[in-house]
Amino acid sequence: MPPNASAEPPPEDQQRGRAAAVLRYGSKVLAVADMEVRKLRHDPSELLTRAIQPMLWLLVFGEVFARVRAIPTGDLSYLDFLAPGILAQSVLFVAIFYGISVIWERDLGILHKFLVSPTPRTALVLGKALSAGVRALSQAIIVYVLALVLGVRMNWHPGPLCGVVLLVILGAALFSTFSLIIACIVKTRERFMGIGQVLTMPLFFASNAIYPTDIMPDWLKWIAHANPLTYEVDGLRALMLDGGGSSLGLGLDFAVLTLTLAVLVAWAGKMYPRIVV
Amino acid sequence: MAEILITEALTRRFGDVMALDALDLTVSEGEVFGLLGRNGAGKTTLIKMLTTLLPPTSGRATVGGFDIVTAPARVRGIIGYVPQALSADGELTGRENLQIFTRLYDIPRALRKQRVDEGLAFMGLTDAADKLVGAYSGGMIRRLEIAQSMLHRPRVLFLDEPTVGLDPVAREAVWEHIKQLQTRYGTTIVLTSHYMDEVEQLCDRVAILRRGRMAAVGTLAELAAGSGVSGNNLDHMFAFYTEDTIESSGGYVETANARHAAQRLG
Repeated sequence: MPPNASAEPPPEDQQRGRAAAVLRYGSKVLAVADMEVRKLRHDPSELLTRAIQPMLWLLVFGEVFARVRAIPTGDLSYLDFLAPGILAQSVLFVAIFYGISVIWERDLGILHKFLVSPTPRTALVLGKALSAGVRALSQAIIVYVLALVLGVRMNWHPGPLCGVVLLVILGAALFSTFSLIIACIVKTRERFMGIGQVLTMPLFFASNAIYPTDIMPDWLKWIAHANPLTYEVDGLRALMLDGGGSSLGLGLDFAVLTLTLAVLVAWAGKMYPRIVV
Repeated sequence: MAEILITEALTRRFGDVMALDALDLTVSEGEVFGLLGRNGAGKTTLIKMLTTLLPPTSGRATVGGFDIVTAPARVRGIIGYVPQALSADGELTGRENLQIFTRLYDIPRALRKQRVDEGLAFMGLTDAADKLVGAYSGGMIRRLEIAQSMLHRPRVLFLDEPTVGLDPVAREAVWEHIKQLQTRYGTTIVLTSHYMDEVEQLCDRVAILRRGRMAAVGTLAELAAGSGVSGNNLDHMFAFYTEDTIESSGGYVETANARHAAQRLG
């Protein structure tokens, strides 16, 4: 049978078509993220109010526990140990209530218009995730400034700094996508607020953010190792601090976070349209 | 005239509630088609299914030849949609609201600026383009949203209650723009409405829905003749076709949405 030229384009064309599709996908992800960033630029007051919480944790909690010397942190001072944990916490807090903005957009009808456009659902999800990453970076700057003032020994080399930027974006993307899935399940602001509160604290305390997992009872250690925040903190501790090290392995940290994000984005892409039904 | 929108026994059930019951409907290319009915008659459910937001329980529908269930991405590429609530993003400027959609609708980079400027000018929003939408009036927001939904030159435009909650002057302006849209771009327009004067102003043909079923379809003159209502009392005609002995109107959500839209208008 002769090959049917019109039905089966030559491989170069197919490849070009695929490359164009990837470009279009990327462009849409950036469009969604760009819009979120522009909103932030129109009204940046939110970023300042968000600076208060990490400030309290580092200044009050950090200073007090550094004096008590109750928590074994190896070669690091407690404040050094705490700073990456507080950055991870800020990332978590910025991201975990992200879903509420989606519920808000659904109530207004904004979301309907996005879903009616020929944009892949996962591109909408990734765009939101990326914008959560940008918000989280603003938190990173605040934590860095605080850490500097408090005399935390930071690592200023460009390589590790880039690593921190990546980790912050990755972590925020992960938790904001998780938040989005919850929003798609519970569908109303009131229920979401309730669940958000219930989730945040366990995620934070069942991690290595403010104490090492070594001092945990076994059952909690298990939970902590299933908690993505632990890998976020571990990676940050290795990259942020002068003389900091990873106890789980940087490769594992990045691998766990990236894989979890991929699974969550795929899941959220499936859930996203259900929020308008 | 070619048929651009076809539904065959299109059905949607929510639990025990039959929102749309085996609806057969065709809309021809280039016409302005009105969907009428009381709250809960199934208008919004129908629009949501045709815009691929809601999968049907059974039956099928095509828009521009594409099936809403098997080819939703193709359908999305050729339709525009303005939901009932005033939904332009208030935290962005009018221009930014349009810019993002030029990117989501794959409009080539070289064309984007021109399309945005043209949309703003066409809807009379050039002067307000760089103000935050939060400061717009209801009529301006609605016009911006219509511009937003037309950026990619859709073949079918869905308008869900386009003038709900607007003051009379703003309504006239929106009507004027919808008419111009239709003459200039030949867009097929499907709109839902509660207002008989709106339908009379805009629509070539109308379908009246009653509890998820088709009560009547045709031009207003045809419907008036069928109802036996004399003269031009369209409200009586509407009542004739939608008369329901059981009080079924005012689904909570629809009422809440209408109130919400009214509230945003201040």
